[in-house]
Amino acid sequence: MSANISDLEKSVNSALTTAIKTSKVCFNQLFLEIDFRNLYSTILYLKTNNKCRFRQLIDITAVDYPKKEKRFNIVYFLLSHENNARVVINININEKEAVPSITKIYPSANWMEREVFDMYGIIFKDHPNLKRILTDYEFQGHPLRKDFPLTGHTEVRYSENKKKVISEPVKLEQAYRNFDFDSPWEGTKYINKEEHSKKDKEK
Amino acid sequence: MAKQSKTINLNFGPQHPAAHGVLRLILELDGEIVEKIDPHIGLLHRGTEKLIENKTYIQALPYFDRLDYVAPMNQEHAFALAIEKLLNIEVPIRGQYIRVLFCEIGRILSHILNITTQALDVGALTPSLWGFEERETLMTFYERVSGSRLHANYFRPGGVHKDLPRGLSDDIYEFCNNFPKIIDDLETLLTDNRIFKQRNVDVGVVTKQEALEYSFSGVMLRGSGVPWDLRKSQPYECYKDFNFKIPIGKNGDCYDRYLCRIEEMRESIKIMKDCIKKMPLGPVKSIDGKITPPKKNDLKNSMEALIHHFKLFTEGFRVPEGEIYTAVEAPKGEFGVYLVSDGGNKPYKCKIRAPGFSHLQAMDYLLKGHMLADVPAVLGSLDIVFGEVDR
Repeated sequence: MSANISDLEKSVNSALTTAIKTSKVCFNQLFLEIDFRNLYSTILYLKTNNKCRFRQLIDITAVDYPKKEKRFNIVYFLLSHENNARVVINININEKEAVPSITKIYPSANWMEREVFDMYGIIFKDHPNLKRILTDYEFQGHPLRKDFPLTGHTEVRYSENKKKVISEPVKLEQAYRNFDFDSPWEGTKYINKEEHSKKDKEK
Repeated sequence: MAKQSKTINLNFGPQHPAAHGVLRLILELDGEIVEKIDPHIGLLHRGTEKLIENKTYIQALPYFDRLDYVAPMNQEHAFALAIEKLLNIEVPIRGQYIRVLFCEIGRILSHILNITTQALDVGALTPSLWGFEERETLMTFYERVSGSRLHANYFRPGGVHKDLPRGLSDDIYEFCNNFPKIIDDLETLLTDNRIFKQRNVDVGVVTKQEALEYSFSGVMLRGSGVPWDLRKSQPYECYKDFNFKIPIGKNGDCYDRYLCRIEEMRESIKIMKDCIKKMPLGPVKSIDGKITPPKKNDLKNSMEALIHHFKLFTEGFRVPEGEIYTAVEAPKGEFGVYLVSDGGNKPYKCKIRAPGFSHLQAMDYLLKGHMLADVPAVLGSLDIVFGEVDR
C-alpha cells in the first residue's frame, strides 16, 4: 500500500499542479491542501480519473480555529477501493466565504454538508436542502464552534402551566467546574463566574 | 380550485417499535406507495463530539461505548487505534489478540440483534427470543472482562484494561462450539421461511454503483457484491494472522444482507476459536508508564507507579500535534475517528464517522416506489442504531 500511495501522490500532483497548495503522505494516507475555489474540480478529478478512482466519499467535517484569519478548516475524506488508498483534502475558509457543495458528485454529501452547516454554520453553495440536521427544531447557534459553551445557551423542560415543552436560558444548580489539570496551581475555572462570585460575596 | 393532491403525509415515529430507536420519518404516500421519505434525525443527539473536546483522552473513551451500544468495544477500538498511531506506540501481541477476540464478540452481538429484530419487524417473534439468550451469554463475557455488560470501557490506548480472568477463554471457546448450532436453528426459522422471503427478497435493492455513490460500508456494501472489508484490505491489529472469508451478496436486497450477516457470524466464530488457540502469553498493555496505568499492587510499593497513576488520572497524557483518520470494520460498516491534536491532553477535534449515518441517508432513494410495509423491512436491514447516527 505504501509504495502505491507515493506514486499516487506524484500523479495527482502532476495533474493538478495549479490547484494543490501542499501535499504530504502521513500514516499511509494522502493529505492535500487546496484552495476552496478549486474544490469542485479537484474532487471531480479524483473521482473520475482512472488512476485515482476515489469513488467513495467517507465523510466531511470541519475544524474551528477561532484565532486564525481563515477560521474554518474543512476536511474531506475519500476512499478508493481499487487503489486501496485514502485521501484527505483540506480547505481553509473564513467565516464569510461559502464552499461549493459536492452533492452533484457524491449524493451522500447531502447530509454530511448539512451536518457541517448545523455544527459550524458554514454555508454550502448550491446545496439542495441546507437545513439543520442533528440539533433540535428551532435550535440557535452552532454547537461545535469553539466559542459555543459546553453547557449550551438554553435548556428544555416540560411546563406544567403551558402544557408543553419549553426552552429557557440555562440555569445551572451547581457551577460547572472545568477541571483543567494543565496548570494545577491556578485552580478550577467556573463557567458562570458572576453568579458564583455573587454567592461568595453573600457569604 | 387548486388541484387536489393525491398524496397523504404520514408521520412515523419517533416512538415506534419498528423505528429502531428514535427515528422520525415523514412519509409521503400515494395510496400505499411511498413517494418520498424525509428522515428527521437528531432526537438522540447528545453532543458527544463537543464533550470529547472537553475531556482528556482517557475520559473520552467511555463516550464511544454509548455510540453504537450493541457493539461497544468495536467503537472504542477506533479511538484507541487513532491515539496509538499519533503516539506511535505498539500494543503487545496478547493485547491485540484479546482485542480481536472481543471485536468479534461485538460483531456477533450486533448481528444477532439485527437479524432477530429484522425478523421481528416483518412478523417473526421467536428468533428474537432465541437470539437474546445468546446475547446475554456474550454480555456476561463482557462483564467478566470489564465489569459491565454494555459500557465496557475496556480497550484503552496502549492495550486493554486487564488480562482475561481465569477460565474465561475456556468458556468463550465452549460458546464457540455451541453457537453454530444456534445459528442453524435461527436459519431453520428464517432462511427458507416463505413469509420472511416474501418480505425481504427483492426489497430495497442496492446496485454496486449506488452502494459506492451513497457511501455505504460494511454489510450494506458487501450485500451488493463489493468485496470490501477493512479487516482484509487494510488490516489493523493482528487480523493478518487469521484466515477468514468475506461473504458477499449477489442481488443487494434485504435478504442477501441477512444472509451476509449469518455467514459473517460463522466467520467470526472461526476467528474467535483461532484466536483463543493461538493466544500468546505476555503483557496486555503497553509497558510505557506514561500512557497506561500501573498495576494496583505496584501502587503500594513503587513511588514511580504512584506518580504515574496520579498524573494519568488528573492531567492524562499528551498526544503530539497532528491529525489522523483511522477506521475499523465495525459490525455495521466503516467506523472512523478523525482526531486532531494540538499537543495537549485533550483532543482538539474528534469527528466520529458513523456508518449508520450514510445508510439512513439513502432511505429516500431506497424506498421510493416501495409499499409502506417495506419501510420497516428496509429499515431493519440497514442496521440502524441511533446512538451512532445522532452522536
